[in-house]
Amino acid sequence: MAKLSVSHISFLELQEIVDLFGKVSGYDLSGYSKSSLKRRIQRVLDLERMDVVDLKNAITNIESFQTYLMNEVTVNVTEMFRDPQYYAALRNDVLPYLETYPQLKFWSAGCSTGEEVYSLAILLMEMGLYDRSFIYGTDINGSVLETARKAIYPLKKIKSYSENYNASGSHGSLSDYYTAMYEAAIVNAEVRKNILFSQHNLATDYIFNEFQFISCRNVLIYFDMELQNKVFNLFYNSLVEFGFLCLGSKETLLNRDIMSNFKVINKEFNIYQKIK
Amino acid sequence: MSKADEIILIGGSAGSYNLIVAIIESLPSYFIYAIVVIIHRNPKFVTRIEDTLAARLHRPIIQAGDKTNISKNMIYFAVPGYHLLVEPDRTFSLDISEQIQFSRPSIDVLFETAAEIYGKRCSAFLLSGANKDGTDGIRIVQKMGGKAFVQSPEEARMRTMPESAIRANQEINIFTDQEIISYFRDLK
Ligand SMILES: C[S@@+](CC[C@H](N)C(=O)[O-])C[C@H]1O[C@@H](n2cnc3c(N)ncnc32)[C@H](O)[C@@H]1O
Repeated sequence: MAKLSVSHISFLELQEIVDLFGKVSGYDLSGYSKSSLKRRIQRVLDLERMDVVDLKNAITNIESFQTYLMNEVTVNVTEMFRDPQYYAALRNDVLPYLETYPQLKFWSAGCSTGEEVYSLAILLMEMGLYDRSFIYGTDINGSVLETARKAIYPLKKIKSYSENYNASGSHGSLSDYYTAMYEAAIVNAEVRKNILFSQHNLATDYIFNEFQFISCRNVLIYFDMELQNKVFNLFYNSLVEFGFLCLGSKETLLNRDIMSNFKVINKEFNIYQKIK
Repeated sequence: MSKADEIILIGGSAGSYNLIVAIIESLPSYFIYAIVVIIHRNPKFVTRIEDTLAARLHRPIIQAGDKTNISKNMIYFAVPGYHLLVEPDRTFSLDISEQIQFSRPSIDVLFETAAEIYGKRCSAFLLSGANKDGTDGIRIVQKMGGKAFVQSPEEARMRTMPESAIRANQEINIFTDQEIISYFRDLK
């Protein structure tokens, strides 16, 4: 299948791929932002030295290719304590409200390799809330979830995660929460204990629990407005009354119909509370 | 505000700051274009040029938000830490995928996606910088029928970026700072 010259996919061909992929694999990419999706598919063509015809053949005929393609399409870049000020906002503006609940359920939607989930767990430990908390980390990509479950990260990355942690206003040290071994670090068992990672597709799957807190950061940017609105509805229906929805700095509920059911808690990090 | 039919992109890196300020200061109060500025800056030390300029010039200069319209008579800045893309429905979208040429936002990504949507109604300026981001983007802008301009390496504080684009692309317009500023001053 290897081709010598590079093949470029057009928007029209992209649409054909999306349609075909949806039909044969059940993965629905129709609500993804077109230009970034096109770049991701182009990347697969380049890596695999395929043209569009090859790609269609592989989608139709090789079942394992379908999962591979879906995983390659997703962007999994993440960090522990990414946007340190966001975690400071959780500490100051959100978690104090949750102290009165005897049981707390958190959902990190689109958690990638797990760093965001472990950051949240650490924050909950520091606030004395972790013993009554449970965190669900979900993603469409099964292979990043494998990494998340292992909880092993290269020391190189841990170094910049520590900088983030220090900037988040925590007084401890990130090294209190992991054990270094050779070139890697494993997150300690007491951080890992109240967490479940499982596969969930925000575009097509349904409610699976009720939460006091949902975070979904750097995921909705890959969706068009329509799919974003659908996912906002899913989150709304998955939140208890007065539960929190945290979208991060670039994804906003403002100007969406559903905003009338929420109150803004923190504008910079798009943290909202369900009020009706 | 209606969507812009034409787009002008300005990409810069190290040493481009002053010229970008001069460009924006020279703009007329109304123009039919959307202008999008993309500069490499450290997301951890956010310098809010757009806010400072907006206050001084009494006009909206905003960060390009995810899924927002690309409108006429507007000046947008790419947010630090994310790639900025143009969608077929003439909205922006953001993407946090890997850095390209050590950069995110990547000038190449913005230039390429904008060129593909706006075709000959896309013009791009590449200014001072210490890396090669923008070279591929400028090529696509030209390939799709748009116009490409590069700051003269003689005047650029860091010549690598404009020089790289000039070397890789034929028939590129090389402009002095004064020519660049006049271009923007005369926009309608
Ligand atoms: C850039 S990562 C964000 C990770 C983390 N939330 C953060 O902000 O650092 C985006 C994640 O969204 C996931 N994703 C993309 N489409 C999805 C979908 N339809 N359902 C669930 N997760 C999805 C990707 O697999 C990827 O791991």
